[in-house]
Formats: sequence, C-alpha cells, structure tokens
Amino acid sequence: MRDLLRKLLVKKWSKVVVFLLCMVPLEYLGLRAYQGELTANPVEFVQHFTGDWTLRFLLITLSVTPLRKLLNVPELIRFRRMLGLFAFTYVSLHFLTYIGPDQSFDLGRMWKDVVKRPFVTVGFLGFVLLIPLALTSTKGWIRRLGGRSWQALHRLIYVTALCGVIHYYWLVKSDHRLPLLYGAILAVLLLYRLVDSLLKPRPAVSVSPAS
Amino acid sequence: MLIRKEGKLTYADVTPKGLYFNRRQILGAIGIVGVAAIGGKVVSDLVWPETAAHAGAKLNVTVKSPFSTTEKLNTFDDITHYNNFYEFGTDKGDPAKYAKNFRTSPWTVTVEGEVKKPAQYSMDDILKLAPLEERIYRHRCVEGWSIVVPWIGYSLSTLIKLSEPTERAKFVAFQSLYDPSQMPLGGRAGIDFPYVEGLRLDEAMNALTLLCVGMYGESLPNQDGAPVRLVIPWKYGFKSIKSIVKIRFVKGEPPTTWSRYAPTEYGFYSNVNPSVDHPRWSQATERRLGEILKRKTLMFNGYSDQVAGMYAGMDLKRNF
Repeated sequence: MRDLLRKLLVKKWSKVVVFLLCMVPLEYLGLRAYQGELTANPVEFVQHFTGDWTLRFLLITLSVTPLRKLLNVPELIRFRRMLGLFAFTYVSLHFLTYIGPDQSFDLGRMWKDVVKRPFVTVGFLGFVLLIPLALTSTKGWIRRLGGRSWQALHRLIYVTALCGVIHYYWLVKSDHRLPLLYGAILAVLLLYRLVDSLLKPRPAVSVSPAS
Repeated sequence: MLIRKEGKLTYADVTPKGLYFNRRQILGAIGIVGVAAIGGKVVSDLVWPETAAHAGAKLNVTVKSPFSTTEKLNTFDDITHYNNFYEFGTDKGDPAKYAKNFRTSPWTVTVEGEVKKPAQYSMDDILKLAPLEERIYRHRCVEGWSIVVPWIGYSLSTLIKLSEPTERAKFVAFQSLYDPSQMPLGGRAGIDFPYVEGLRLDEAMNALTLLCVGMYGESLPNQDGAPVRLVIPWKYGFKSIKSIVKIRFVKGEPPTTWSRYAPTEYGFYSNVNPSVDHPRWSQATERRLGEILKRKTLMFNGYSDQVAGMYAGMDLKRNF
C-alpha cells in the first residue's frame, strides 16, 4: 500500500493533481460568486473564506514534514513548496479584501489601522513574514542562500501560522471553538518538531587526530 | 429484432422476499406514522393555535412614521439571511436555518417589578395596544455592518405608560426566551442565556424606542426575533433584544449579556459612536449591506436630534 503510494507520488502528474485539488476552494468561491450566492455581505464572506483557507493551507504545509517522517513517505516533500505557495495565494487574496473594500486602497489609513489594532497587527505581520518565503521558494534561491540559512529563513512559517491563529482568535466574538481547534493542530505540529529535534542524535563533536 | 422470452417474471422478482412477506407490517407502520403525523398536527394546533402573531402573517399598518429614513431599504432576503441570533447558532446564516420551527405562539410577555400594573400580555394583547406604525430605521451592528429595515410596531413608551412605573423604577430589564430544546446550538454560543438587556427608563421612554412586532408588512420572521423584540436605532444592534418574554422595572442598572461577557468591549449604553472604537476594531466606518466600500458611521447612528439630549454632560468615552 505504502509502496504504491510512494510510486504514485513520484509521478510527474501527481503534482498536477495536487495543484487542481488546491484550486478547488477558489473554484468553489468563483462558482458561488457566479451564482450570486456570496451572502448578504459578500466582502465579509470572501474575507472569511480566504482567511479560513490561508490557515488551512498553512497547517497542511506544516503537516508535510511530520507526515513524511511518521508514515515514512519522503516523496511528500515534493508538494511542500506548492502547498506553501497556495497558502500565500490565499493570504494575498485575503489581504486584497482588506486593503481594497475595507481601507479603500488608502495606504495611510491602512497603516494607522495596522498599528492601532492588535488583531490586524498580528494578521498583517503574519502576511508580511510570508512574503520573503514566497520570493525565495525557488531552487535558485535555495542555492544562493545555502540549504542551512534557507531553512532557517523558512522557519518563519511557524511565526506566520501562530500569527494566523491569534488573528482568528482575537477576531471571534464569543464562539472560540474553531480558532482553538486550529491552535491545537498547530501546537501538535510544532511540538512534533520540538520532540523530533530533541530526540535526534546530535553528531558527536570529535576531535580527530590529524595524523 | 430480438425478443427475449426466457424466464417468467413473478411478483417475487419485483418485490424482495423480505419486504414481500412483511408488507402488512410495513403498510401498518406507514399507517401508524401517518396517523401519528396527522394526530400530532391536530394536537399541536390545539396546543399552539395559529394567531395573528404567526410569523409571516400580514399586519395592518395604519401609521407612517415621521422618524422613517428615505434611504434605500435592504432586501427582505438580506434581512432574513444575515442574522446574529446566537441562540440559533453563531454563523450569520444559522438563524434562518435553525429558527424555522421556532414556536412563537402562544407567547406571553410578563411585565413586573417596580410597576403599579404588573401584567401578562398575550401577543394578541400586544398587537392591539396601539395602532401599528411602519418605521424605516438604520440598524448598525457593533461588528461594523448596517442595514435599513422597515420595522413595524409602536413606541415602547405605550406599554410602559400602561404599566405605570413606580417612583423607584429607574431602569428597565428585558429577557429573551431561552428554550434549549428548540435552540440546541445555544449551548455552543459562548455567551450565557437567557439573553438579557437593559435600558435607562428615559431611554426606554424615548419615542424612537420601538416595540417591534414585524417588518416588511408582515409579522417578524423567526430569525429576526419573533414574535416581539425591541429596536433601538441609535444603539448597536445587540441592544435590540429579540423574542422578549419578560420586562422588569428595576432600581439599579441591570446586567446585560454582552457587557457581562466582556465588560471592556461592550458597555451598558453601547450608543453608536464613531469616535469610541471597540477595543479590537474601529467604529468610525461601517459597511451597509449591499455596498462594497465602507461609509462613515454617524454619531448616534444619525439620530442625535432625538437622543443626544439624554446624554448631555455624560462622558461617552467612559460610558461606552
């Protein structure tokens, strides 16, 4: 079963399938827009929809490493960049609904809002931190930065995901079940990494004789 | 042309054997269910007779109010599918789905406390206390959206005068119905029920404060607070309590649901005020449903002429 999965995952078209799957929420949104089914408050609907999917894609992206290690399916790594870029796509649309309909593309006004309101501040921070990750997601940038520092930079996604969960939690008025669920999933994904790095045998620092 | 002749069909081929042999029991069961359904309807009609208060009934509106705005109305569809009525779920679309079978008849509103004439009013009583007026009000939610609604009702002051508050009555406390058997999602809302609200007596007596029984020419849809609610157009929407069962006149400021839940975010007064922000978001602008860009929020939601006098000398930043 796992061998079959691994064989399928290395196929070229597997990326196309994952890409199409990641597009489904956008297509659904487009369909609802076409049918005029964006509720009485379409701006808010699109804003919440893209916000929800940003968080989901961040969590899916962060699940790649634990899953490939726990299931022993290293091929999953092939999809991580695409998943991360989809998180960035959804957060960009989310940001557009904010700077456009909410702030009328007035940068000064937007900045005042960002500085003044903690829930906006934290959401904006999460978005901004994701920009360098999207820009350096190519193979060329991995080479230019070197694997180690590229990886260190890309750990910023932990901060972004945390910002996203807090942003959501602070937005909700009283029914906190969903933001808490996202928070719990994120906690598990980050704890896995912590435990994994603690258990990893560190290479012994050996001073080998020169001769 | 090929005509197959092989094999004769029997009834056993049409009806599976198990069902075939149990058909009497099955028919019997269907009969019992049917009789039960009809019987249930008869019983429910006896226990909850349909009256003029039934949601969707036409109301006889005789007065057009001078308080009405001429702004464009929001559609009936918008007003009935974008609701905050947490007893029926916290999503804006939940109340339309889950309040469908909400029983609003019979209904009793109890008036009690510091009044000379405590009473229990049926919906029929309430509908006959005063001629029904249509009032087209702006309605501003604390969340930053607004709608324009053609409400139907009359000034709450009519009912208050009838109840004859005593000297000691300074505030009015209101309570919504909470029936977990009809509101199964209420337990997940995060706020305590029954929902309670309150007004200072002069606010409750203000001519703008509407005891509302309908909208768009009909009795209130369930999700909009049937059968009777308040509409206080210069305050954030959550002050306009829905599905009222109790009105109590009291000496001191009564507790209110949202300020009890988060005292730093929602005050007792909760007047619409663009210069006092909610701690988490701005109240300077709002999105009128149906519009894309936000518009400026008006002081007291544009009703300063009628209400500003009541707050003269008060620090509205502290008494938010």
